[in-house]
Amino acid sequence: MAKGKSIMIDTSRCTACRGCQVACKQWNGLPGTKTKQVGTYQNPQDLSAQTWKLVRFAEGIKENGKPYWYFFSDQCRHCLEPPCADSIGGYAPDGVVKDEKTGAVVFTKKSKEAPLDEVREACPYNIPRQDEKTKEFAKCTMCLDRISNNKIPACVQSCPTGALVFGERDNIMGAVKSRVEELKKTYPKAQALNPDEVRVIYIVTDDPKKYHKNAVA
Amino acid sequence: MTNHYIDIRNADVILIMGSNAAEMHPISFKWVLRARETRGAKIIHVDPRFTRTSAQADYYVPLRSGTDIAFLGGMIKYILDNKKYFEEYVRDYTNASFIIDDKFSFNDGLFSGYDPATRKYDKSTWTIKLDDKGIPQKDPTFENPRCVLQMLKAHYSRYDLEKVSSITGTPVEDLKTVYELYASTGVRDKAGTELYALGWTQHTVGVQNIRAMAIIQLLLGNMGIAGGGINALRGEPNVQGSTDQAILSHILPGYLKAPVASLATLEEYLKKNTPKTNEPQSANWYQNTPKYMVSLLKAWYGDKATKENDFGYAYVPKLDDGQDATLLNMIDKMYEGKVKGFTCIGQDPACSLPNANKVREAFTKLDWMVHMNIFDNETASFWKGPGMNPKKIKTEVFLIPVAANMEKEGSMSNSGRMLQWKYVAEKPPGDALSTGDVLIRLMAKLKDMYKKNKGTFPDPILNVVYNYTDQKGMFDATAVAKVMNGYFLEDVTIGDKTYKKGQCVPGFANLQADGKTSCGIWIHSGSFTADGTNLIARRKKDDPTGLGLYPEWAWVWPVNRRILYNRASVDKDGQPFDPSRAILKWVDGKWVGDVPDGPWPPLSDKEKGKLPFIMKPDGVASLFGPGLVEGPFPEHYEPLEGPLSKNLMSSQLSNPAMKIFQKKCDVYSGCDPNFPFVCTTYSSTEHWCTGAETRWQSWLTEAQPEAYVEISKELAELRGIKNGEKVRVQSPRGKVECVAMVTTRFRPFKIGGNTVHQVGMTFNYGWLFPKDCGDSANLLTPTAGDANTMTPEYKAFMVNVTKV
Repeated sequence: MAKGKSIMIDTSRCTACRGCQVACKQWNGLPGTKTKQVGTYQNPQDLSAQTWKLVRFAEGIKENGKPYWYFFSDQCRHCLEPPCADSIGGYAPDGVVKDEKTGAVVFTKKSKEAPLDEVREACPYNIPRQDEKTKEFAKCTMCLDRISNNKIPACVQSCPTGALVFGERDNIMGAVKSRVEELKKTYPKAQALNPDEVRVIYIVTDDPKKYHKNAVA
Repeated sequence: MTNHYIDIRNADVILIMGSNAAEMHPISFKWVLRARETRGAKIIHVDPRFTRTSAQADYYVPLRSGTDIAFLGGMIKYILDNKKYFEEYVRDYTNASFIIDDKFSFNDGLFSGYDPATRKYDKSTWTIKLDDKGIPQKDPTFENPRCVLQMLKAHYSRYDLEKVSSITGTPVEDLKTVYELYASTGVRDKAGTELYALGWTQHTVGVQNIRAMAIIQLLLGNMGIAGGGINALRGEPNVQGSTDQAILSHILPGYLKAPVASLATLEEYLKKNTPKTNEPQSANWYQNTPKYMVSLLKAWYGDKATKENDFGYAYVPKLDDGQDATLLNMIDKMYEGKVKGFTCIGQDPACSLPNANKVREAFTKLDWMVHMNIFDNETASFWKGPGMNPKKIKTEVFLIPVAANMEKEGSMSNSGRMLQWKYVAEKPPGDALSTGDVLIRLMAKLKDMYKKNKGTFPDPILNVVYNYTDQKGMFDATAVAKVMNGYFLEDVTIGDKTYKKGQCVPGFANLQADGKTSCGIWIHSGSFTADGTNLIARRKKDDPTGLGLYPEWAWVWPVNRRILYNRASVDKDGQPFDPSRAILKWVDGKWVGDVPDGPWPPLSDKEKGKLPFIMKPDGVASLFGPGLVEGPFPEHYEPLEGPLSKNLMSSQLSNPAMKIFQKKCDVYSGCDPNFPFVCTTYSSTEHWCTGAETRWQSWLTEAQPEAYVEISKELAELRGIKNGEKVRVQSPRGKVECVAMVTTRFRPFKIGGNTVHQVGMTFNYGWLFPKDCGDSANLLTPTAGDANTMTPEYKAFMVNVTKV
């Protein structure tokens, strides 16, 4: 079993306050980009080199006729075997660093040698983005600078409801398992998304595709 | 809140109605979800719109804006018809058994005593019958048809499921679900809490919305218990504190009544405002009013407040009799040109007040405006706003930069009445001072001017104590907090204890009416110990009851009581109704748990025991409450602007006691095909109020960049509007262009057999910044307010929505 760190993102506890989205920008010194209102609460519309954490909003009507509004605090999953590392690595051997202690997957400046299309194609969750000017790839770092100094990731720290939980992978895997079991009593479709493949494990209570098309690999 | 944030976790059923708690009070949801996870609590959200709160609720139930009393009246009927009330509690702790005056009546939407010419009630028949000792007549068997419980039942007999559904648009099945679930808490071992906010207050029947819920909580025995209560989620960060400190025109600090002109002497004021009772077991706490008022005057005027000069009572400004000096009336007078100067601190009324065109026009009639804020906003810059010609505006505006809250030391009071101390994180930039420092300097200048130039009545200014500075001459928050707490001004012996002159008063029970104590706000008394320790700043995390009271974390008014009316959580012998939620218990002759509502023994001690609702002269809670202007029982009236030409409940369409404003810009529409859609307004998680502070924050404007109107798919189809298109929203008073958000979270209502559409807008935007974010939704809202408080009706009015 893989060691290192993990994050549980329990969407059943998320109120989409977007504290995580803003805290990510604050800690990482990322700018607020110019956006437009296009008819949704989701903004910016997508991840970018300036937005590594994005709360996605998805709404509709359930089978019982009642509305739903699902929130998906999207970010890099920090795969145990990250395909982006292979993809970027083919062009820039030091373009991706996998931190041994934590398991965090981090892009370096050398990643700019890799082509955008291929790297995005490689990621089943559609996470990597390229800075338009520097051509460097960018995404969540699991706050490697923080977690290497006994602090929890900025997004996790900002979460008011406990939807985001950070810890040792073993502990998080246990928490995910028991939470899913508990949720299944009320929501038969409750599940963890790709728990054995990723470090950032989402829990959903309905079909994951209803949350976000790239929610699950 | 009667309870506090952490206490939400103790509830079995959480009714969120009149609030979008998840979005507006994100931390509250930590405890809402905790209740669900730890005790299987059910969460109900009743709201016109499916919000981020609804997304987390077990039951989302829609209702049309402005119909909460119909909804809650139906619940009262359900509770009474099905005997779901907590009988022992209702009998002993409320006025359910009291006999109502024979002449009191209710007929077709009006209570006895109404005068349509003045739109006021003569309340002389809204009374309880007294026996020959002056004590309320009672029938504890509830058989007397004139007893409060029977009259309550008769009043709400009209609120049947079908009638309620036809008014609210809530499906009958949903009504049943909520009524059954919530009424299930009317037993000893269940607790139901209610969370509300501006969704209840911002109506022409706002106070009655809350009273209707108070009646339900009393019937179910949910007041005074852990996991219960009526919980107003107050605006962050310090709205509770500003109310306590009387940033309102009708009160003095600590909710003492504001003096009026006809009460010329202190004696007259105290006689009028100190309630009496003949009920032997009533504590009638407000009998202490003279102690609080005299101590307040001593805090204000110090040595210049003497017995001989009525402790300076003559210095206190008086309202004219019957004067309503609330914001809507102030703007109305400003619009008439009767107000010359305006000091505005930390607000943006050009965007936050209703009928913003009227407000902005009113500003042009001023000679001067002083504006203190951390940013420029639409109020300070009104003279260069849309449609304004700066050359023709005489108003001189002074924009004074002041410190932001993290640049100031002092206390903040949260919704749970908890005062917490904070420290300066960063010094204010540039020339900015704290508002306290600005006011210190302003008062010093005024004193100087009055000293030099005399003036008609200089004494109130010259004699006011305003020495709240440290050694460097800067505003000293601790000094002010101590004045709020109060001092002994002479050596005083109380019981077997003697306090020295200069010591802090350790609780309001020690305040005196003879001038020997001072106290700036009696409800804060006890926040310092006698030796001057600041309890507001303490941070101890012990929780002896295990119920989340954390009695040594900061300090809660009054006297660190965490749950108000907690004597109602125990039976007559002082034993908790629910031992698993025992916040209070009488053990071996003393109270254990929370700070009890007074030191007296339990009620069964006929000599010394007291009734639980100590602030009421009768000692019990008022199911029949004659204090409000539009009636002793809440009654459904339509909003001032609504989709119906007739109230389905009575012939009285809207609140008979509310003020109707008459200026030429005060135009209203009701049941008008030109404005066919119900509109409501609200904030969002990402912005604070008008956005005057948050729109400058790029991470927040990135998340919520510009004004939008949420409309249903059905309405979008009707109007040919696509998601994301620009639309115009128009009311009789103004129009706003914004983006259409077409959503399944708004759905049409069936009202009285017809389809009624509702839309909603945020009031987070204004023309100043960012340039293209859209102007205020309050250009649309009507100048109309609650009949008791004048809180504007932002939540229900009529608009049209069309493509641009």
